[in-house]
Parts: sequence; C-alpha cells; structure tokens
Amino acid sequence: MKISEQDIKTVASLSRLRIRDDEKDDVLFQLNKILTYVENLQELDTTNVEPTTYALPIQNVFREDKVKPSLDRELALSNAPLKEDGYFKVPRVLEA
Amino acid sequence: MALYDKTAHELHDLLTTKKISAAELTADIFSRVEEMEDKIGAYLTLTRDKAEATAKLVDEKIARGDKISLLEGIPCAIKDNICTKGIRTTCASKILENFVPPYDATAYKKLVAQNSVIVGKANLDEFAMGSSTENSGFHTTHNPHDLERVPGGSSGGSTAAVAGGEAIFALGSDTGGSIRQPASFCGVVGLKPTYGRVSRYGLVAFASSLDQIGPITRDVTDCALVLNAICGHDDMDSTSTAAQVPDFTKSLIADVKGLKIGLPKEYFVKGIDAEIETAVRNVAKKFEELGAEIVEISLPHTEYAIATYYLIAPAEAATNLERYDGVSYGARVDGADVVEMMTNTRTEKFGEEVKRRIMIGNYALSAGYYDAYYLKALKVRTLIQKDFTDAFEKLDLILTPTTPNVAFKIGEMVADPLKMYLQDICTVPVNLAGLPGISIPCGVTKNNLPIGFQLIGKALDEETILKAAFTYEQSL
Repeated sequence: MKISEQDIKTVASLSRLRIRDDEKDDVLFQLNKILTYVENLQELDTTNVEPTTYALPIQNVFREDKVKPSLDRELALSNAPLKEDGYFKVPRVLEA
Repeated sequence: MALYDKTAHELHDLLTTKKISAAELTADIFSRVEEMEDKIGAYLTLTRDKAEATAKLVDEKIARGDKISLLEGIPCAIKDNICTKGIRTTCASKILENFVPPYDATAYKKLVAQNSVIVGKANLDEFAMGSSTENSGFHTTHNPHDLERVPGGSSGGSTAAVAGGEAIFALGSDTGGSIRQPASFCGVVGLKPTYGRVSRYGLVAFASSLDQIGPITRDVTDCALVLNAICGHDDMDSTSTAAQVPDFTKSLIADVKGLKIGLPKEYFVKGIDAEIETAVRNVAKKFEELGAEIVEISLPHTEYAIATYYLIAPAEAATNLERYDGVSYGARVDGADVVEMMTNTRTEKFGEEVKRRIMIGNYALSAGYYDAYYLKALKVRTLIQKDFTDAFEKLDLILTPTTPNVAFKIGEMVADPLKMYLQDICTVPVNLAGLPGISIPCGVTKNNLPIGFQLIGKALDEETILKAAFTYEQSL
C-alpha cells in the first residue's frame, strides 16, 4: 500500500474535500493503483538531472510599469455567490 | 454535399462568390444541430441569437462589397473551458454551472474579431480531465461514427461537433492529448500547437505548463487558417512566446521530398491495436513513396511518460483548482464556518475524476512526498524532453499512432481510471516536451471506426507538420 487511510484523510483535508465512509475503500484502491503505477519512475537514476517546470525557457517576463484599466468592480462581483456593499461575503471568520 | 459538411475554405469561396449567404449557412448548421444534437450531445450551450447577428453582419459586409476574412461567417464550436464574455462557461463542471465570464479568452476574441459565427460551447470532460467526455458533469457526448462509442476527450464535444456537421471547425484544448485523441476517434484533424504559440489567457487553467489551445478542423487547409487566426504573443499570458508567427497557409505545399521522418519503436509495442499499427505503417510507406526518408528511431523514456504526466498534471491541477472555494465565483454550498463552506462546496460540486486528481496532486506535493513524486517527475520530464531534442538533431518529424486503440464503448473504461490514463500514451510525451503535434485521419478499421496518425514537430515548427500533413492528405 502506497497510501494509507490516514494519508487519505490528511490529503482530503488539505484539498478541502470530504471522503464519505462508503467511498473510502474505492478511493484508497484507485489512488494506490495509480501511485503504484507511477513508482516506475524510481527505476531511473536522475541524480544529475535538472527538473523541468516549463518546456520553453521563459524567464522573468517584464512589462512596462504602466497603469492599465482593470476589471470593473461590479463585473468582478457579478459571479459572486454572495456579496454585500461591493464586497464578497463569506461566513464569519473571527469570533464576535 | 450539404453545406454543413463542407470545409471553411470551400464555404469562404461560396460566400465571396455570393452562391450562399452567411445567414443561410448559419441556418443550415442550426437545423443540423436540431437534427443531431439529441443523438450526439456535442454542446453544453447554444448561442443561436449571437450566431445569427454575426451572420447578418457578414452578409451586410458582403453586400457592400467589403472583403471578408477567411473565417468570416464560418460556424464554429468553442470548447467550454474557453472563456466567452457574457456566455456561460462551465468547464462541464457543476461548480461553474452558472459562471458567466466577465472577459474573453484571447483565442476566442481573435475568432470573434474575424466574425466567425459562434454556434455554441462544446462539451468536455470536467475541467478537461479525461479521455471520453464521460467525466462531464452534464452529459456524455456520443461519437458521430458510432453513437454507442465515446468521441474521445477531453475536447470530445468539439471534435464530435465537427465530425457530426454541427460546426465547421472548433477550438479545443490539449493538456495531454485532449485535441489529438478525440480528433483521431472522430476522424478529423486536430493540432496541438507548440506550448506558448497560442495565448492561454481565458483558458480555464488545468495544468498550466502543459495546456494549449488548438484547432479542430475537417482538413489541413482549415487547420492552417484557424492557426493563422489564433496564434501570437499576448501581453495577458506571460508564457506566450514572442516568436514570429508565419503565414501557415504558405506551408500548404504537397512536397515531402528529402524530409526525414522518425518512427519511434516505443510507440509500436504490445497494447497498440493491430489495425492501427498497420494503418500507421502504411502512412510511413506512403511518405516514403512521396519522397520522404523514414528512419527507425528510439525515444527511450517513452514508457515513463504516463507516470510523469499523471504526477505533474494533477499537481498543477490541485494548485489551479484551489480557486474554487465558493467565494468569488462559482457555486457555493453553505457551511457553519468558512472551511466547512469550502469543503461542502468542493465535495458536492466537483466530480469524481477531478477530486481524484486533486488528491493525487496534493499528495505528490505534500511534505515528505514532494521529492519522491513531484520533483522526480520534473526530472524525468527533462529526460523525456531530451529524447526529443536528441532525435530532432537528425530528423524533421516524428510519426506515431495518435492512440493505442480506436473509439471505445461508452462505459467500457469508467471503472478503471488507470486504464483510461494509459489511453494517453502516444500524446502526453508531446505535451511534456512542449512540442507541436497533429492528428490526421488515416482510414478506418473493419468496424468503420476512424484511425489517426500523429506527426510531432520541432518546437515552433508547425510549418513542417502542416506541409507533411497536407502532402499526405492530397495524396489520397
């Protein structure tokens, strides 16, 4: 087993996801199958190999430091599930 | 031949010679959509009013004697992970079911600027994660060649629309094969440009170092036309390349004399359907007859590509999809506090495959596993890229099958995600290396299912790909 039930709980919590009891076994089975498969990378010696994050060598893309128009406030809020007085509204974070 | 079955360049000629009007063409497409959509299910949203308004505009221009551009008045489908201002963009996810983008994706905007007629937003696997459209949060698209089979994915709605006469061309996106694999399953042409060729601005992010928008068309000429329309540097996407964009129609020359084409042995191993192998080897023979040189080559790290991809893509996806938190846009499911609200929203609104990839991604990125999984995959990515760089020192193109098998039956693979991932074996190495690749139809199986071959080119060399693809197409 590459991944334990406890690992799944931790990863789900990091991912802000909840795994129901009745789907736990299947999630565990599928993730283990996939993680076992990707184990084949360990056969390769990559000691002196640099990682590639982007295929094209693009670095430090600058633009002129000039103010440009940005998204209108109403438009930016137009898809908000809940809004008030020009703000996104979320459940209370701090205790009153 | 019905109007809806023609290519964009044929229709352009009919429009400019006033044999048809853009309004007639649009009406013809929508009547075809009415006839076929129940069976195929290519679209998530239809935009008929907008389409008719654009067609009217084009007809007015033609009546005035104005010159029209090559894609003007031509009906097209847009994959529903490409943002369209004022038109719902769902990514086939319940979490974006009612999302109406406040801005346009650059590639789409360029088509709108050309007055292409937008038929609607095409179905996909949720957030482009899948190879069949079965992961769509709304419905599965059916393959026009056999309605019991998948169209491929994730751009399956786009390719089914083009194959089924519901659009003349389409935009798709390709992260690990999502244009080329469904193009092959549906018997159409699909090109993934070099990473950076087309702006990703407004393409809903799945795996940012791999995603690329590209054309899905009925022939190679249309592919060049659409590519001409959508390529180019964009200030809004810092990863879009500043490289000059050539006129791709200049590559539509039937001549492959002297071209060196590599046939990598790792792509012709067990697991590849025998009929596909035969068809692709026949393509190689055809290229040889036409004057190209075929060279047997090796890309030794091919067998590690799926593992590499299925660590990197989920890691990037897990990060990109953090934004769906029920706060600024998308669905929200209430909860007692912020964390519960976010957890409820994501748990209820994301589909199974998306959740699986988020979990794999966050696991691969988490403390203690980062080096063994994510970093290891990035290093192997370097080796895979080097395979191609080395091979291309002596080659112009690489020829492979696009897929290991033809379109499979709906439901056949849903229970086995890993088996579905292995579908991408011929296409993911190209994304990992950032190279351009095209899928071109090369016949059908004895069951009449389309087969496709893939041509892979050097970075920024879509021209040689188009030239060879055009030569093959013209030889038929």
